[in-house]
Amino acid sequence: MRTDPGSRARARAGDAVARLSCCSLLVAALMTLTLAHGTARAAEEEAATATEAARFGADWRSWHANTEVTDLPSVQRGARNFTSYCLGCHGLKYERWSRLGDDLSIPPELLQQDLLPPGDKPTDYILTTMPPKDAESWFGKTPPDLTLMMRARGRNYVYQFLKTFYVDPGRQTGINNLRLPATAMPHVLSELEGLKRAVFRDVMTKGEGGQFTHEQVFDHFDIIAPGRLSESEYDGFVRDTVNFLDYVSEPSQAARRALGVWVVLFLLVFTWLAWLVKREYWKDVH
Amino acid sequence: MAVKTATGAPAPLPAGTAAPAKKGFWAWLNRRMPIEEFVATQVTGYYSPKNFNIWYFFGSLAGLVLVLQLLSGIYLTMFYKVGEVSSFDSVEYIMREVDYGWLIRYLHSTGASAFFIVVYLHMYRALLYGSYRAPRELLWLLGMFVYLALMAEAFMGYVLPWGNMSFWGAQVIVNLFGTIPGIGPGLVEWIRGDYGIADATLNRFFAMHVALLPLALLLLVALHLVALRQTGSNNPDGIEIKEKLGPDGHPLDGVPFHPYYTVKDVVGVGVFALLFAIVVFFVPTLGGLFLESPNFEPANPLSTPEHIAPAWYFTPYYAILRAVPNQRMGALLMLLAVSAFFFLPWLDRSPVRSMRYKGWMSRTALTLFTASFLLLGYLGLQPAEGLYVALARIATVIYFLFFLLMPFYTRLDPVKPVPERVTYHAH
Repeated sequence: MRTDPGSRARARAGDAVARLSCCSLLVAALMTLTLAHGTARAAEEEAATATEAARFGADWRSWHANTEVTDLPSVQRGARNFTSYCLGCHGLKYERWSRLGDDLSIPPELLQQDLLPPGDKPTDYILTTMPPKDAESWFGKTPPDLTLMMRARGRNYVYQFLKTFYVDPGRQTGINNLRLPATAMPHVLSELEGLKRAVFRDVMTKGEGGQFTHEQVFDHFDIIAPGRLSESEYDGFVRDTVNFLDYVSEPSQAARRALGVWVVLFLLVFTWLAWLVKREYWKDVH
Repeated sequence: MAVKTATGAPAPLPAGTAAPAKKGFWAWLNRRMPIEEFVATQVTGYYSPKNFNIWYFFGSLAGLVLVLQLLSGIYLTMFYKVGEVSSFDSVEYIMREVDYGWLIRYLHSTGASAFFIVVYLHMYRALLYGSYRAPRELLWLLGMFVYLALMAEAFMGYVLPWGNMSFWGAQVIVNLFGTIPGIGPGLVEWIRGDYGIADATLNRFFAMHVALLPLALLLLVALHLVALRQTGSNNPDGIEIKEKLGPDGHPLDGVPFHPYYTVKDVVGVGVFALLFAIVVFFVPTLGGLFLESPNFEPANPLSTPEHIAPAWYFTPYYAILRAVPNQRMGALLMLLAVSAFFFLPWLDRSPVRSMRYKGWMSRTALTLFTASFLLLGYLGLQPAEGLYVALARIATVIYFLFFLLMPFYTRLDPVKPVPERVTYHAH
């Protein structure tokens, strides 16, 4: 090389700057991502202070479903729960019975016998039998299709929703919910969970104009009528159901991850070989 | 394999056209189409600076993503059914019932974001090394037109799944045209083809997304490459390799594009594909950044999502739009923010091209600009309230100062001497 050493050193410093700015860009992008995540989560958990979290149920905003969609028995139990308790009102209009049977390793005879509504073919979509008109007049709105609920709202949302029903005589259904206040849905699982009373605390907050306003803040749940299941059994029931809905929201996700492992392994080998070839060629360049 | 000469330099290739073979199909073909000549002048005979660093991978990667988007897009078009009542369902049909439909869809949705990542890095490279400077102004302008076409392509593609964010995003963006004085309201109606975002809008966006804009993109990319071949690539040192020719007439600091940069770019492709595959197979929604949760609910004119935010690659401009209290001024500023890049070749008055030899002023300006762009990108995803708006205003001011003050700080900047030859360390 005929470049003078000074310019070489400068260029090296320049390279370091380029590398540094590349790294800082990456770090900044990562930080942005983490921040974005952090704020979203912080907003979700804002009400859960440390002391409240110690009380029964007060930290419900931080409850995590912690389900694993590859846990086949759990998804199978969830399918059973769904057909027994949800299908009366909610459909899964993008999922076929046969697909469900295949993915969940349910033999066709068992599917026909235990899950399929009378008159339905395995290739039919999983639809509710409740006429939308009736639903409208009974609940004031049509119960939503649940196929994509997990992708739209997230697992934790549905998990928290199913765990925070409480008795509220002021509502037409006699039931209210913390996750979705004034929900039109009655507590169809009360037979299993029992009934809870929500105890609210009166909190004084200083408003914008300086005057104090009273606010009702959730404090804890009291069980007023036990159900057929214990608390931990009901939790398992809800988790299984959430897990099943997670599967339904993206039936290919297990296959996706399984295929991904091979693709990543292939690309690692490919990139390594490509780098060897590159190194060989560039030996000629001085 | 490259042939080694006694000095170790790559063997010179025959200058000009290669002598066509005499016999056979290949000769027959070359008498009718200049394939060998093209390869000899544009591939093996095209010399690129040998000191390219990591920033120089993103051009070829953008080309790769373009091909990926075209192919996956064609496949999706075979199953997608455009229309108010069918779009959303057909996307779910692709995700569930088409063999490997989920893979193709995720390749396409991840590809859209990847396209912007590589294009932003490609543009940033130009900012770092002054690649937009004379004689490459037209190359830069054509690249900017590629970027604009890509923005239009991405926006219209985003509407096609007809999810709730598609609908409301289209509502917000199309309404921006309504701020144009006089013709605004009429123009918005003309774009939508209806009194609201509706079936007619969806259909014409589909036509644009699958036919007009891809053709425009391909044409612009082709012109971008032709302009590149005319001027040759810039390099991290920002000096012209064409000014130092060897006895064979080729640049002393250049290497034939093929095989040297083809084998090098394949390594870049491998690393990129690895990161891309991790997203596609393990986190296709990337926490709601690449595929937003509200878009898993069908378009609903009666229910507004909690926060309407465009896809992440538009959020810096969206933050600028919302930083201004007056919507018309906001839209104007947003337009200026995008178009400011067009003027870079004439705003930069520095005697040197590359950031390696620019002084502390240019470096500080670029650092602040980078920080403000990233901050605006983050703020565009957040609700426009309180501290967020204040920060967005500060970042917007810095964003524009980078361009407005450039003629001054680039002239005052204490630059360093530029070397005669490129800096390259053999491995």
